Amino acid sequence: MGTKGGISLASFCVFNPTYGPREGEEHKKIVFFYPKETDIDTQIKHIGLCEAIVRFTETFSNKPCQSLHTTKRRQLFLEAEKDFWMIMTVTIPFTEKTKDGQSVLEYHEEEVQDRVYEAILQQAYRMFQLFNGTFASILERTGNNVKVLQQRLEHFYVRFLQTLRLPQGDILDIFSGIHFMPLDKNTYLHVQCFINLLEASFSSIKYTAFLYNDQLVWSGLDQEDMRIIYKYLITSLFPSYQEQELQSTNSVSPSRNSAAPGDVHYGKFITGPPDIRNEKNLGKVPRVYINTECCNEECFLLVYRAHNASVCMFLPAACKINFELCHKLDSFLGPRLSQLASDIGEQFSKKAASGADTAYRFIYFNHMNLAQKTTVHSDMRKTGSNNIPPETLKLLTDISSDMSKSPEDGEIIVKTSTDNWVVGKKSDHREFFVVINQKNANLIEINEEVKRLCASNFTSIFFLD
Amino acid sequence: MADEEGSFYIELCKNPIRFDPVDKVTNVFYDDANKQVFTVRSGGAVGVVVKGPSEKDTITFRMESRGDVSSIKFSPDRRILAVQRSPKSVEFVNFNEDMTTDQLEYSQTCKGKSTIVSGFVWTSPNEIVFITDHGIEFYQITPERRTLKCLKTINISVCWFVWLMESSCLLLASGTQGNQLNPFFFRPSIITKLTKFEVDLPSHQKSTKQPLLERDVSMANIYGQLYVIVLRHQPRPGSVGAEIVLYQIHRDVAARKTDIMRLELSGRFAINVVNNLIVVHHQASRTSVIFDINLDGESDGFVRYHHPVVSPLPIRPFRLMLPSLGIQGGQTKMEYNCELYSANWVVFQPNVIIDAKLGCSWYVELKLEPIVTMIPDKHVLAKFLLARDDSKRVILNVCRSMLSSESQATLSTISKVLDMLNKVYQDYLNSEIHVLAGDPPSKPDPAMKVVIDQSDMYTHVFSVFEDNKSIKYKFMVAVLIEYIRSLSENNITVQHYLYELIINILVHNNCFYQLHQFLQYHVLQDSKPLACLMLSLESVYPPAHQLALDMLKRLSTANEEIIEVLLSKQQLLPALRFIRSVNIVDAVSSRKFLEAAMNTDDAMLFYTVFKFFEQRNVKIRGNPRFQRGEHCEMYVKHFEGLFGTDALAEMVAAS
Repeated sequence: MGTKGGISLASFCVFNPTYGPREGEEHKKIVFFYPKETDIDTQIKHIGLCEAIVRFTETFSNKPCQSLHTTKRRQLFLEAEKDFWMIMTVTIPFTEKTKDGQSVLEYHEEEVQDRVYEAILQQAYRMFQLFNGTFASILERTGNNVKVLQQRLEHFYVRFLQTLRLPQGDILDIFSGIHFMPLDKNTYLHVQCFINLLEASFSSIKYTAFLYNDQLVWSGLDQEDMRIIYKYLITSLFPSYQEQELQSTNSVSPSRNSAAPGDVHYGKFITGPPDIRNEKNLGKVPRVYINTECCNEECFLLVYRAHNASVCMFLPAACKINFELCHKLDSFLGPRLSQLASDIGEQFSKKAASGADTAYRFIYFNHMNLAQKTTVHSDMRKTGSNNIPPETLKLLTDISSDMSKSPEDGEIIVKTSTDNWVVGKKSDHREFFVVINQKNANLIEINEEVKRLCASNFTSIFFLD
Repeated sequence: MADEEGSFYIELCKNPIRFDPVDKVTNVFYDDANKQVFTVRSGGAVGVVVKGPSEKDTITFRMESRGDVSSIKFSPDRRILAVQRSPKSVEFVNFNEDMTTDQLEYSQTCKGKSTIVSGFVWTSPNEIVFITDHGIEFYQITPERRTLKCLKTINISVCWFVWLMESSCLLLASGTQGNQLNPFFFRPSIITKLTKFEVDLPSHQKSTKQPLLERDVSMANIYGQLYVIVLRHQPRPGSVGAEIVLYQIHRDVAARKTDIMRLELSGRFAINVVNNLIVVHHQASRTSVIFDINLDGESDGFVRYHHPVVSPLPIRPFRLMLPSLGIQGGQTKMEYNCELYSANWVVFQPNVIIDAKLGCSWYVELKLEPIVTMIPDKHVLAKFLLARDDSKRVILNVCRSMLSSESQATLSTISKVLDMLNKVYQDYLNSEIHVLAGDPPSKPDPAMKVVIDQSDMYTHVFSVFEDNKSIKYKFMVAVLIEYIRSLSENNITVQHYLYELIINILVHNNCFYQLHQFLQYHVLQDSKPLACLMLSLESVYPPAHQLALDMLKRLSTANEEIIEVLLSKQQLLPALRFIRSVNIVDAVSSRKFLEAAMNTDDAMLFYTVFKFFEQRNVKIRGNPRFQRGEHCEMYVKHFEGLFGTDALAEMVAAS
């Protein structure tokens, strides 16, 4: 048994075939190429091949080419925008074996699941779009200046690609769902009224989203916008903020705006002024492009947090973010959000205390509202270890792919070689996967068990068994 | 004089009681217990006219003239008239039911030689109390025998007294300064003496204290509590403004000073209590102010200090048609502007003003509309209005104006006002439940008089703005959510029309995802109409279908509807699985399913459904055939056409 090669990024490129239609101008087609060090000939060859494959496959299907399987590589294709192709190439994991005294590489093609990496590629595009707008809009703003587009792509992807954790890709990347915070009606209404008051008091805030920990409570954005912003918050902004908080020593001291007692609160800007007492430093406020009311609307994203509750405020780029506004926001949000966060926290801890059943693991996803739940992963960011073997996790993706091929609702029950039972169910745009570790159980028992699970977990939704 | 409607909030009632004015031979008396004005001409020999609140209460009679009348009052049932003409005795005359009288008088003299009767009050139809300078004498009258029996006497030196009929409370002032107040409660044949209390007198110089005078003390019920109202002209040395002090009377403990109203004026004052408000008329400035002890005042831990609710304003001018004095225009009558705050005015509790020279008796009334614009703080305004009688329309107007684009209030203000309205609403609903359960209803809070329910809010406030383009939909949604939150916190079930309104606004503005989240968190209560509404939205927002089905499932009484939805989507197999999961396979109509299956033009699906029901038939009746009543002949034919008669299930001979 030799060393095992993992799934890694071999290359990532964006090209537009219309940019260099004539011979000798092929290099013009390249808008972005990673790794940067690749010599231009290889780059040209690579995108030339990709273009050829796209053209060639077009003759067989009206659906564009999605992926290309080779022994050592997997290529994923995405026509992100008209004439703009994004190609991601990942390596196939292999093991080194010794056969007849010679070392042989054995490639494991099944380890790379198309749907997972297609989803990761799609996300890579959406993330770029979130912070830069569409390719078309960049060109439009700059009078078709491809250079600017190239710089933008370069600027964004060089860093972004390093954060891709390709080996951890799994079914959650396909769903790219949102974890909603369960709340009772009255607390939820309080959150609602708080947001309404916020938006009414600060007319420059156009949209708002409210999260508790990593769970969404309210979003005033379009669903697709929320999906990508959620991804950004959960996998990038919040973790890096927490890391920073852990390092700084004064993170627990409440902010004091005035001498008045009772004015103490625990609110802080995550994006925006890092210290409300320091008027010099306005901090970094990211700009995002969202499509809620109109396409490519440029907004500032101010994020404020008290305890575990975060408020994301979207302000149109036309408005000025100055220290005065931040100060006003801080004194408005601080006390209110602190109170609200502790109210929610009370409910949250009650729920958490009720305990979790460990006899089974499940993943739930609803395509209609993007709600997802998992007990397979130890946390939503997928940082920790998973609670089921990787092969079983891959099996979930396969079951999901199989079920997506049929328009009918249905159920698939599989027993793995490791004595895990895996049940996948689909009912009216909802998918539900259970992994039950019960040795010696038979199909009927498992079926009964799943029925019981559904009956106890899905009382409030129409979920057929 | 321009009569600007908006600049007065106190007015005199439109139809005053008119009586003959005071002159050399005419005396006028007012009995506040019975609200009657007595006009006594020539000691009663020429005639006595008694006028009550309404025209039909007028009584006319004569009595013998035996000297000047100093006090005259009917018993509460108006069957006995008591007249005092001398300091030692009171005379009585019986009246018949038709208010005719035999004019036969009988008399009662007070006990003790040196005793002087300073007044009397009726405490019940046949019981009367004489207040003398030595105390009180409590008598029971037997009118048939024209005799009085003394029930009780209490010895106490009395400076003056105040009587409040509605509480049967008599207040006696004693002590050298008249500032020792002794409250007594009267019930038939029983006197209850309460703990006496002392009104602290302001001292200009330590030695000379101004005694407490009768004219500065009155009693009234305010918000269901009995208070002694004391006017202090100069509360502290050096202070300019007078103040009004309220002492709350308790049955079990001594009266306690609770509230102080700062007048910031001095001079002659008169006090009325109207609609639980203390109205203070100031003669010198010819203005009146109102105080509301229900509104938050500054408190020093013992006493709350109040300022006028709104700035002082004059009473609305009053015009009276009087016989013309001159010969102008040959008119016999002309309009006459009454002098307000006249020196001839006498004020009685709770809300009466009498001008004896003019021959007029008014009730003081409150006009709410002008006050609306005078209280800028909507939260205070709503609290003020909620405690008033007949303020519903005004409150709804205020709510409407808080939403309208011209005078929009902030969300936090609206939130506070809605909370207040719903608190009253909840108390009302709770008391309704108590009544239904047969329990005695809990006493309603007198400071919360007006119930504004959801239908009021919907009809008069929210629906008005439904199509109003000048209001941002976000604001409307925010207000509705605020209202639903407030209802929900008060455990009031939200009515469907409110949900419908909010859904319509969200749908019209394409906020489907927000609507989705509301449903996800059950902000909008499940109901069949709401589920149907969601179904109708499916074409514009596909997830609405799932939301509707979930809702129907949660209602658990909507199996029929779920089947209909599934069949309409040609989801035959899910429908079959559904009826199996809720155990209603035996009850459903097979025809409905077969029809839907046939419409799919899917032969295999039709076969499956057909076989499902054949099996059901076997299970119910031991026979796969459909019964005549099920009207399935057509589908049996269709089945035979597709698969042949052999495919039909075999009849199993019953063993």
